[in-house]
Amino acid sequence: MSEIRRLLKRLRAFASKPSHDADLEAELAAHLELAIEDNMARGLSAVEARRVALVSLGGMEQAKDQHREARGLMKLDILLLDLKYALRTLGRDPGFTIVAVLILALAIGANVSVFSVVNTLLLRPLPFARAEQLVWIAPPPTKCGMSCATYSADAYDEFRMYSRSYQDVTGYFAFSSADNLSLNRGGVPIPATSIDVIANFFQVLGVHAAMGRTFTADDARDGAPPVVLLTNPWWKRQFAADPNIVGKAFDMNGKQTTVIGVLPASFDFGAVFAPGTKVDAITPLDLYGPPRDWGNIITFIGRLKAGVSLAQAQADAQAAAPHMCWNNKQPQSCGQYKDAVVPVPLKTYISGKLNRSLVLLWSAVGAILLIACVNLSNLLLARAAARSKEFAMRGALGASRMRIVRQLLTESLMLSGAGALVGLGLAFALITWLAHQGSIALPLLDTLRIDGAALGWTVLIAVFAAVFFGLVPGLRMAGNNVQEALKDSGPGSGHGRKHERVRAVLVVTEVALACVLLVGAGLLLRSFLKVLEVDLGFQPDRAAAVKMDYDDSAPTPLAGALKRTAIFQQVLSRVSAIPGVDAAGITDYLPLGQNRAWGTPYPKGVKPPEKAPAGPLVYVVTRGYLRAMGTRVVGRDFTWDDGPKSENVVIINQSYARFISSLAGWPNGAIGQTITSGGQDLRIIGVADDVHEESVEGQAGWQIYYSAAQQASSGAQLVLRTNLPPAVLSNSVMRTLRAINPKQPAAEFRPIQMLVEHANSPRRFFMMLVASFATLGLILAALGIYGVISYSVTRQTQEIGIRMALGAGMGQVQRQVLAGTLRLAIIGVALGAAASLFVSRMIASQLFATAPWDLETFVAMALGLLLVAAISGYIPAYRASRINPMTALRSN
Amino acid sequence: MAKLDLLQGTLDLMVLQTLASMGPLHGYGIARRIEQVSGNEVMLNQGTIYAALVRLEQRGWIASSWGTSDNNRKAKFYTITAAGKRQLAADTRYWERLTGVMDRLFDMGKDTETGGA
Repeated sequence: MSEIRRLLKRLRAFASKPSHDADLEAELAAHLELAIEDNMARGLSAVEARRVALVSLGGMEQAKDQHREARGLMKLDILLLDLKYALRTLGRDPGFTIVAVLILALAIGANVSVFSVVNTLLLRPLPFARAEQLVWIAPPPTKCGMSCATYSADAYDEFRMYSRSYQDVTGYFAFSSADNLSLNRGGVPIPATSIDVIANFFQVLGVHAAMGRTFTADDARDGAPPVVLLTNPWWKRQFAADPNIVGKAFDMNGKQTTVIGVLPASFDFGAVFAPGTKVDAITPLDLYGPPRDWGNIITFIGRLKAGVSLAQAQADAQAAAPHMCWNNKQPQSCGQYKDAVVPVPLKTYISGKLNRSLVLLWSAVGAILLIACVNLSNLLLARAAARSKEFAMRGALGASRMRIVRQLLTESLMLSGAGALVGLGLAFALITWLAHQGSIALPLLDTLRIDGAALGWTVLIAVFAAVFFGLVPGLRMAGNNVQEALKDSGPGSGHGRKHERVRAVLVVTEVALACVLLVGAGLLLRSFLKVLEVDLGFQPDRAAAVKMDYDDSAPTPLAGALKRTAIFQQVLSRVSAIPGVDAAGITDYLPLGQNRAWGTPYPKGVKPPEKAPAGPLVYVVTRGYLRAMGTRVVGRDFTWDDGPKSENVVIINQSYARFISSLAGWPNGAIGQTITSGGQDLRIIGVADDVHEESVEGQAGWQIYYSAAQQASSGAQLVLRTNLPPAVLSNSVMRTLRAINPKQPAAEFRPIQMLVEHANSPRRFFMMLVASFATLGLILAALGIYGVISYSVTRQTQEIGIRMALGAGMGQVQRQVLAGTLRLAIIGVALGAAASLFVSRMIASQLFATAPWDLETFVAMALGLLLVAAISGYIPAYRASRINPMTALRSN
Repeated sequence: MAKLDLLQGTLDLMVLQTLASMGPLHGYGIARRIEQVSGNEVMLNQGTIYAALVRLEQRGWIASSWGTSDNNRKAKFYTITAAGKRQLAADTRYWERLTGVMDRLFDMGKDTETGGA
């Protein structure tokens, strides 16, 4: 009871310190007078009486301190004092303070930004309820693209029936292309992208509609009235956030489609399942209609039952696989998914492959933080040297060593606190910018934000940095011998030398760290350049694609094919006539986008090998497409005569041609030979270059091109090659398309180069970040070198003066200072290069066509670093050589 | 013989006892009184009295007010409160028990010393 009362009183006393101090002052004054009076009454002289009174009081200041300590909260008082003092000292040296805060802000900002990215992509759970239960079910990765990562509608039903580990399984149609939905509200139709999902999609993911409802099984029934769910951004953008949208119907793809709900803003299909793309609407997948016979079209996502482990789910999937049929009407297709049904955590599927890149980034910013700390240690040491007398004086006046260390730590905490605040601002700006980079193909990027965890991380690294860079100078300072410090008036004394050694070690560390960063960035940059050099099998520059709408509905497939051919022919002849268009063609899928396979056509009469490789990716194209893409063809291109009634013809790519030629033993290659697919004979009329259809960095797989006049295509992308910038053609091409088909939506005119950039965007993203961190490291290291050398030049002013008086030339002085600089830099670079060899091996998997010990990169980075070191050492060297011997000798 | 160092907490008890027996006193008066009673055996920095006084006052065991001393000087006078008296009684009992125990312990030492001789 009395203790609580006391604490409250102490708090109050702490708050009203001045009035209590005045009271105490008066009380002690009275005490002294009473004592003096007493002593004088005992016969002492006035002076002696006062002295004795003071002695028995035991020191006025000590009495006050004891009283204050008992009365208030002394520790807090001291802290406030330290803070006030630190503010004053830092304010007295604004140059130092600004540089220090800036260095820290850059380092902490970089760290917080990367932490936020890592947190979003790796640490935070996916934005779904109980996200840890969600698994992605797919075969191990192969070369045949999405067709081999998907399952048929029959397989979906059978998997659901035979697996036991799942609360439920869902999926979506993996082959929707961009702008596949055309919203007609009068005027020019508006293109949009929709994804077909299995009706239970949102139940399995645990996503609830923000307005209205999500799908029910009834919505996906064959012949059900068309319904659509709007994504939040599309609802806001296209429908002006209409609060009464639910229940309204719109003309979508020519059908009156009812809006049944709006999805919450937190649900972003693209961010999770198709990074770098946007999805506007979600529609139910009609599992029991035509899609039943489309083969592998569905990706699987499952929600595990509570308590089911991944291993159990995997075993369960393996057991269910033999029951799954590609098509129930073809019994021989049952069991073909054996070993091809493997659940992995959804999170791993989405961001697992970024693991290494993110760890790399994290290490890079960690190195930046270290360099910044070392730099600040150095700056503080220089300051501490200048302040050593101040501290010696305080020590002599009775400040304990603890008190001085605490004072210095308070200063470094204030610096790092300010740095953290500014850094947080920088990170906030960077993160906000990144979150709006929709075109970077990284998952979950739009959920990027500075959250509580990031704030906690900021505090953590700020404190770490303060202790790291403040402790060394603090301990050195406090550990000084008082007398020595007071005597050590500067140049040439042993103490100063010791200081310099510490600083030299710090600079070497800094240079070594910067070297590691630079080599890492250099290797990544070189990899990126190599990726840009990859022969893609097509020429992306000066080519552009636009999604084309057409209506080939006809009573029979033959009539449809004829109608389609006629439309395509008309479009291509009109578009080719536009000035500036060199070549034009139509395809249904573009490389580096979606793709599909239809199984492997084999040479006629040749038995397929036992272990059949995955089939070639299928492209249904018109004449001119390959030329427009810039893909070379040996043999001939399709012509309009390759129609539905003539012989079926295909063009295949070189790898596939090599495979079937060796299988069939064709001596003169594949051209002119016949292969069969599903009982249909296909004449090979040409062999095309291998196209990187899946990724820029991976190996090109197999491709087969069918004539659009002979095969139903799924959609049409009009591809143009032009000698003008593609954007210039946009208007005239759109006018032409609309003249032929008034329903042509205002589709985006996309340069093919953009597809490549989109594919390369994650590598570019990481490379740019690491390169900017390396640059930051280099600048910090240069600052460090400059600081140390210029300090040592200042310290040696007298010595240099003497040497110059004795006849040393300017050149000689410069050379000597530079030599000192380069010695430090060379040691640093040597250590850094050795460390880089080790580090680069760890990032080997991030490199492309670049050896981790790539000599050119190492040499270039080492020379660059030495050059920067030489420049930052040259400034003080130049200053040293301008020292006037007379002034130098007189000064001190 | 060197002066006695005060054990932790004993000064507070001495102040309470002094105020209980002497009535209102100022800080200097309390310090002098303790010195006199102890026969100058206690090592007392008079300044430490004020820390003890503020501790006791914050606990509510003593109260203070400014007044005038016998020789007409303004000084701060302290009086023991009811709570202070209760605390003093409790502390006194505690001390008596403790000294009793300590006495017996030391006596035991004397016994073995004699026994061994």
